Amino acid sequence: MSQAADSAAEAWHADRFGRWRRRFGLAAFGAAVVLMWIAIAILAPVIAPYPFEAVDVTKRLLAPSAQHWLGTDALGRDVLSRLIWGSRISLFAGIVVVAIGAALGVLIGGVAAYAGGRAEELMMRATDLVLCFPPIILAMAIAAALGIGVRNTMIAMLVVWWPKFARLARSLVLVQRSQEYVEAAVVMGYGSGRILFRHIVPNAVGPLVVLVTLDVGQAIITFAGLSFLGLGVVPPMPEWGAMVSEGRELVDQWWVATFPGLAILSVVVGFNFLGDGIRDWLDPKSRRR
Amino acid sequence: MTDSAPLLEVRNLRTEFLTDAGPVRAVDGVSFEVEAGATVGIVGESGSGKSVTALSILRLLAENARIGDGSRIAFRGRDLATLDEDEIRRLRGGEIAMIFQDPLTSLNPVLRISKQLVEGMLAHGRQSQAEALRHGIDLLARMGINAPERAVSGYPHEFSGGMRQRVMLAMGFANNPSLLIADEPTTALDVTIQAQILDLLKTLNREFGTAVLLISHDLGVIANVCERVLVMYAGEVVEEGPAEALLAEPRHPYTWALLNAVPRLDQEPPADKRLTAIEGAPPDPSEPPSGCRFRPRCPFAVERCGEHPDLLPVAEGRKARCWVTQAGERLLKPSTAAAVSAPAAEAGQPMLSLRNVVKHYPLRRDALFSPRKVVHAVDGVDLDIGRGETVGLVGESGSGKSTIARLITRIQKPTAGSIRFGDIDLATADRSVLRPLRRRIQMIFQDPYASLNPRMTVGQILSEPLRFHRLVRGPEEAKARVGELLEMVGLSARAAERYPHEFSGGQRQRIGTARALAVEPELIIADEPISALDVNIRAQIINLFVGLQQRLGLTFLFIAHDLAVVRQVSDRIVVLYLGKVMEVATARDLFAEPLHPYTRSLISAAPIPDVAAERKREHIRLAGEPPSPVAPPSGCRFRTRCPVAQGICAEIEPPLAEYRPGHRAACHFSGQA
Amino acid sequence: MFRYLVMRVAGMAVMALLATLVVFLIANQVPGDPVLAQLGDLAASDPNMVARYRARWGLDRPLSEQYWIFLKGIFNGDLGVSISTQRPVLDDIRQYAPATVELATVAFLLSIAVGIPLGVLAAIRRDTWIDNLARFISLAGVSSPTFWLAFIMLALFYGGLQIAPGPGRIDLSVISPQTVTGLYLIDAAIARDWEAWRNAAGHLVLPSIVLASGTLGLITRTTRASMLEAMTQDYVRVARAKGLRERKIVIGHLLPNALIPVVTLGGLAYAVLLTGAVMTETIFSWPGLGRYTFRSAVALDFPGIMGITLVVAAVYLVINLLTDLSYALLDPRVARERAE
Repeated sequence: MSQAADSAAEAWHADRFGRWRRRFGLAAFGAAVVLMWIAIAILAPVIAPYPFEAVDVTKRLLAPSAQHWLGTDALGRDVLSRLIWGSRISLFAGIVVVAIGAALGVLIGGVAAYAGGRAEELMMRATDLVLCFPPIILAMAIAAALGIGVRNTMIAMLVVWWPKFARLARSLVLVQRSQEYVEAAVVMGYGSGRILFRHIVPNAVGPLVVLVTLDVGQAIITFAGLSFLGLGVVPPMPEWGAMVSEGRELVDQWWVATFPGLAILSVVVGFNFLGDGIRDWLDPKSRRR
Repeated sequence: MTDSAPLLEVRNLRTEFLTDAGPVRAVDGVSFEVEAGATVGIVGESGSGKSVTALSILRLLAENARIGDGSRIAFRGRDLATLDEDEIRRLRGGEIAMIFQDPLTSLNPVLRISKQLVEGMLAHGRQSQAEALRHGIDLLARMGINAPERAVSGYPHEFSGGMRQRVMLAMGFANNPSLLIADEPTTALDVTIQAQILDLLKTLNREFGTAVLLISHDLGVIANVCERVLVMYAGEVVEEGPAEALLAEPRHPYTWALLNAVPRLDQEPPADKRLTAIEGAPPDPSEPPSGCRFRPRCPFAVERCGEHPDLLPVAEGRKARCWVTQAGERLLKPSTAAAVSAPAAEAGQPMLSLRNVVKHYPLRRDALFSPRKVVHAVDGVDLDIGRGETVGLVGESGSGKSTIARLITRIQKPTAGSIRFGDIDLATADRSVLRPLRRRIQMIFQDPYASLNPRMTVGQILSEPLRFHRLVRGPEEAKARVGELLEMVGLSARAAERYPHEFSGGQRQRIGTARALAVEPELIIADEPISALDVNIRAQIINLFVGLQQRLGLTFLFIAHDLAVVRQVSDRIVVLYLGKVMEVATARDLFAEPLHPYTRSLISAAPIPDVAAERKREHIRLAGEPPSPVAPPSGCRFRTRCPVAQGICAEIEPPLAEYRPGHRAACHFSGQA
Repeated sequence: MFRYLVMRVAGMAVMALLATLVVFLIANQVPGDPVLAQLGDLAASDPNMVARYRARWGLDRPLSEQYWIFLKGIFNGDLGVSISTQRPVLDDIRQYAPATVELATVAFLLSIAVGIPLGVLAAIRRDTWIDNLARFISLAGVSSPTFWLAFIMLALFYGGLQIAPGPGRIDLSVISPQTVTGLYLIDAAIARDWEAWRNAAGHLVLPSIVLASGTLGLITRTTRASMLEAMTQDYVRVARAKGLRERKIVIGHLLPNALIPVVTLGGLAYAVLLTGAVMTETIFSWPGLGRYTFRSAVALDFPGIMGITLVVAAVYLVINLLTDLSYALLDPRVARERAE
């Protein structure tokens, strides 16, 4: 091999970290952001400098300062403390809605697709029915009807959320079902349950994990949006969407609404990077699509 | 350009791919010439660098590929390796045309044929739109497309594979190229269609004087078309010479191995049914072995092979890269093994017996009240398999051969008919009746990549059936049995720890075989088990099957589209066409005296890697394409393409009649083709 | 094809009706009480008043009858009477819809006009600054909450820099154009009132950017991905082998294939924009359907909610149908299957 080729090979080896960073750097960053927020949510009672509900009208609308890093709101409450406590609800709502929605959707979609026939038809029509509403309006209507509150809003979101997972699970199962390794399992005489859960599901799980990760961000945004409209949480419970709503008229006191929004943005970006990273890791071909 | 200079002269071509795993040299110092009007073939297995060589000429390589500095690709005296983008673009589709393997994906699915046909002519600016379209229609007619005026307004999906390749050829010839590069142009086609396209290529070469550079893995295809042949291995040319001499007496052990690994249609297979397979697989191109690259697999290797040989003359007009033949050694024909008395099929009750088996797939309705269309995949098939016998099932795509495999294994349920296995009718058996039978009938699948669950280790794949059918007690016994199974198929017991993706195609096919063997079946259905593999690996797998069958007394139903392969392994052969049996006979009888015109044309369509034999052989060319299984022809299914069809064939369906014991054919004019 | 259309439309009508039934049942099975929501605590404590109220709106009848009242409303053509506005729901929708249609259409055109070229450029100039820009825009678009983005935009361009007009469709000082279509840009153009046109257009800038952010990101992302996918196809190499220029390959071969998924997404995006403007409308005080829906939902105004549901579901289904049809036009392979 020529010398030029040798040095090229060396450069290539030296750049191994660079390639890793290009490939997984953003995903690692996303994971770090997500983990940081989860840590903040768990440690909220320890790290929040003030109680989230401590009203002090003498300190209304203070700009960010050494005492109040992110300023105070119209009732004199510390924005940073409310932000920290608010992470609990936002993350919880986002993760739980997607987790339950995905579990429910996958169970319904997967079983329906594997069974085929009537069950599949029924499932498809049911998802059609839900999907012919704009999600935010349906969630809003249901949440309003159920009454304000975190649990009710999450239920409303679940109604809207499961169909897309059901459809994804169905298409994944359909793709896997026609693979020869599944035919081999049929020829071995395995029962439907074993084939579905031991063979098909483990192979279909990758794209699901990607969608789930990407979707947590969307669920957080949706929940915050419903809170923004006044449906999510009961005051004085701090929640990011509700905090933006409280500050939305305060253009001059920009900090009240800006920081909670940035918090949402950072979590969602974190989940997006993480999801893209998982996708790249699972399927090197789809890299950077 | 002087008259004596070749049309294309490739010198020391090196092409590298920059990958995540480092640079990979796919083509390493390839040199050859193509004279004006000549036909040159490049043959090799996948990864040999033959396609990359072809793509390098027109610089159509992927973005991460680089043509090395010392490389020269002189075309009419200009070096294509250093031309600027604009100049090479003008050559592409002008002086040099190229067609590719898969005519299905080579045409843009959303554009009309007319646009795709004309744009190449317009790009070279010789004709007006209207002239170009007229020329395009003429070309389609020339390529053998019926009603070309109508065809140009169609979309690619309305054409069959063979027709699409004709359209591709019309595009290639649009600007009267002086060189046509054809990269595996017939690999995706059925054998009768392949014969048509190869004939067309030869005619075009003769009549237009266009030189053809044909890339193929199939020595038979190359022998059929080309005057000169280059054999590539691990990025290098290992042998070069006139096709006839090179195929008659190879001077490189790799050529020798390629030739002997393929069963020959014109020769009786040896009694032990084995092929001459060489060990191992081609080297990883990122780290080629030192010395002769073929040395690790070479049965003739000598000490000097540790030194890298050059491509040196070995005879008049011939070169080889081998120390052994340089020294004057001959590569002898492999000795055929002494006849082992094949276990005769037991007379009496067949083990499996299909009677009038039918499988119809309904399509969706065109409209609410229109009649439902039905695909007649299998349409009344009778088939017997005796204990210990190997039955070959052969047919082109759409013949229903894979469907039959899926009906016997009850992956699908037949529409009608009976499939008797012992006392039980598999066609109607319900799940509880089937379950104990599953063990006794197993299947080996076509795609070595899709047929193993990628999320399970090989050990899990093999032990799951053992435990499920309670063939072992406890994990220790399972582990021991898995090891036995792996060794039985020629793998190491350590393979159990690894995942399928860590294995090559041939090794995976061995794992699939081990899985089928795990439950100690009596009958194995092998559905095109070797069609996805390279020539040498095919030979290895065939030898494995033959060995297992003889050792374990298995019964095989061997399904393939390749007649020669089926003949090699089978005791009896069943020929299918459009869901019906055309002919059944012992392997010997079928080739000695084929009765059905379809069988005869299948035999004559498959190219043989022997120029002299090919010249002498009878050639029956079937016209047209197989009809759609949605609307099969009345009477005899084959009549629309049959060279001897007459009026009666459209009216009365010929029965599968017996002409001599065990030899049946479904034709009114059996033996008269 | 005609038969296919008839079947599709009939199926859609059934679907839309079923949708209203679902909403109706959900609304009636939940604890919330419209009487309470409408009358307030004081009046609701008077049983007589509550009873009269219930009778007035038919809330004392059995469920099936209530649904029948709603159905009659549909066939009367006014979709029933809203409890909160006391007007026929159809009149309400007629009043609020144009503002939303105008905003959504501008946002849609913006997403298409920016998203598709950006996605195409990002794919063919992969890993350059334009690709990074496209990725940044699509990530920011799908990751930022609309309501917050709206606030930031207003705070920055209206409150801070004072270069953009404030909330609302038009300045109070400007007389809104005579209503013809209800779309200010068109009405002003008809009236040749260019001052009103400019003013209305100015008011559209911020809300349409905010509303478009999500769909713009999605369209850019999809266009880029489907272009990259198309670039790996064999026919691209064939086109190159014919000696076509790169520009011709992109326009003649890649785009016709790559835009097919974008069309599906585009249809869906328009539907989302039309119905998903709640947040944007709330912050920009935009008198559109989104706010009307929100008010009806909070007031538990069943006729209002169901009227909106019906209209919205119908819009969704019609856009879906149009998308499918244009899909069939673009992709000859589908044309036959879909016609079945």
